[in-house]
Amino acid sequence: MARVMTKEKTVTESNDIKTPFKEFVRKFKKQKTALVALAFICLLAIIAVISYQVVPYGINEYDYSAIMQGPSAKHIFGTDEFGRDLFSRILCGTRISLSVGLLSVSIGAILGTILGLLGGYYGGLLDACIMRVCDVLFAFPGIILAIAIVAILGSGLYNVVIAVAVFSTPTFARLVRSTTLSLKSSVFVQAARNIGSSDRRILFRHILPGAIPNIIVQYTMSIGNSILTASSLSFLGMGAQPPTPEWGLLLSNGRNYMMSSWHITFFPGLAIFLTVLSFNLLGDGLRDALDPKLSE
Amino acid sequence: MQDNILLKTEGVKVYYPVRDGLLGKSAYVKAVDGVDLEIRQGEVFGVVGESGCGKSTLGKAICKLIEPTAGKIYFNGEEISKYTPKQMRPIRKGMQMVFQDPYASLNPRMSVRDIIAEPLIVHNLVSGKKEIDDRVVDLVKKVGLDVYHVNRYPHEFSGGQRQRIGIARALAVEPKLIIADEPVSALDVSIQSQVLNLMNSLKKEFNLTYIFVAHDLSVVEHISDRVGVMYLGNFVEVGDKKELYKNPCHPYTQALLSAVPIPDPTAKRERIILKGSIPSALNPPTGCKFHTRCPKCMEICKKKAPERTILSPEHEVYCHLYSKEKA
Repeated sequence: MARVMTKEKTVTESNDIKTPFKEFVRKFKKQKTALVALAFICLLAIIAVISYQVVPYGINEYDYSAIMQGPSAKHIFGTDEFGRDLFSRILCGTRISLSVGLLSVSIGAILGTILGLLGGYYGGLLDACIMRVCDVLFAFPGIILAIAIVAILGSGLYNVVIAVAVFSTPTFARLVRSTTLSLKSSVFVQAARNIGSSDRRILFRHILPGAIPNIIVQYTMSIGNSILTASSLSFLGMGAQPPTPEWGLLLSNGRNYMMSSWHITFFPGLAIFLTVLSFNLLGDGLRDALDPKLSE
Repeated sequence: MQDNILLKTEGVKVYYPVRDGLLGKSAYVKAVDGVDLEIRQGEVFGVVGESGCGKSTLGKAICKLIEPTAGKIYFNGEEISKYTPKQMRPIRKGMQMVFQDPYASLNPRMSVRDIIAEPLIVHNLVSGKKEIDDRVVDLVKKVGLDVYHVNRYPHEFSGGQRQRIGIARALAVEPKLIIADEPVSALDVSIQSQVLNLMNSLKKEFNLTYIFVAHDLSVVEHISDRVGVMYLGNFVEVGDKKELYKNPCHPYTQALLSAVPIPDPTAKRERIILKGSIPSALNPPTGCKFHTRCPKCMEICKKKAPERTILSPEHEVYCHLYSKEKA
């Protein structure tokens, strides 16, 4: 009987091997909002790369004859108090926001993953130390912590990156630790130990791959959050310094003229909003596609 | 000690500490409580007992997936009970385990090829991609799967097929001893016999020794040469399969065997129904652990744990009924 069944399988699906990755792609394609978000993020990425070459005006091109003009055919998003073209500045700001977001979360994710793996796998004092430090960091609201770090290190974009990395680390550490704890006691890890696999091999071949879906989702979600925090810091004058076309800084500049010229705050705000939203939507979609519990 | 003893345990204990409440004194679950065992080269030793009697724990303690609390384990004459995980690594080449749950014991993110290749890579048994592939294909065929299965992932297989993958993984290092922890209890009855027959033929082909843990008496009868019956962390009776099934001596063994259904509706047999359920391993009864349920309980059973009584060279029992007779 079993023989017959295997034979039938050969005929019907021998060319169709369901790798976990293929499964993921198939499920992800069903997430329409996430696909739109992904498309928007791709667009942002392209803009980030080519913006300086394609924008109609230079980012520091002053035009005192056209100060604080509303959106028009000449200046799609209008101009600011020095007559600089907002559209060009926002497009060029994409690179800053995206790279700050990606860089800081990447640092946080790598650090947090390593700490979480070690803490969860080895347990004991090491785990207790890592988790208590995380608890301390969790006790601060993210933005307050970031302000504190920037206050210590001094303002500037690099310090913002470090600040955001520090406050996203504990989230990853906790996430990876919990997955590590559950996978550590799973039978296939026991089986790997029984085979004689080294701790390193078990950690990287068996436990880390199991944690990666969660890490990816958290990573995507965190990028939105970190862009928001970085912009907030700039808005508060602790991040990028003028005349950098950072979105938070643009927003902060426009604040003084909000009553008379809405567009100076509206467009940078819109840029931040859409970017953060699309990263969050992408994260949602990824979670749904990666969650094995939701498989049909 | 005989020469052909492959594995020997002396007084192996596995205690799990548990805390009673927040400030309560810590107690121990005595999952395995002093087991002496000798496994001979080339035999199949069946371990039976009801759920929670410590048979799986014993299996895991022998291959040191669970650190034994006390006692000595000799494998191939080498004492391994105090070995560190690093020292254990070369030993694992000679001793492998097949797990109970074929759904959980295979990493869902690895292809069959990677799963079977892992022990080969870990122990440096092969070099190069080609050699690994050849060996994996070889193993896959040995356990009755098809070559095209190697690139697939565990979720595409049935329970029986997965267990075959687990067996192939265990075989990859060419071990002497395979500890099979209820390898068929998660499978359909029809598939059980296929896997059992496979294990039987592999045993002959590779000259394997099995420790076969199961709760199904007929499965154990089918595959074993010798059988040990466990109750609450101890063996109560160990003997040659035929001898033990024909002439069960310990009251617990008698009760267990009387519960096996006979495939004959007209057959009549006196069933021994044990009263109560298995006592907690946290607080096992004093003396003979079985005395609370034993139909033949005597005064001495409540006080003193029975010693090993050798009934015949191939049959030993831990029961006061027989030690008294001998005395």
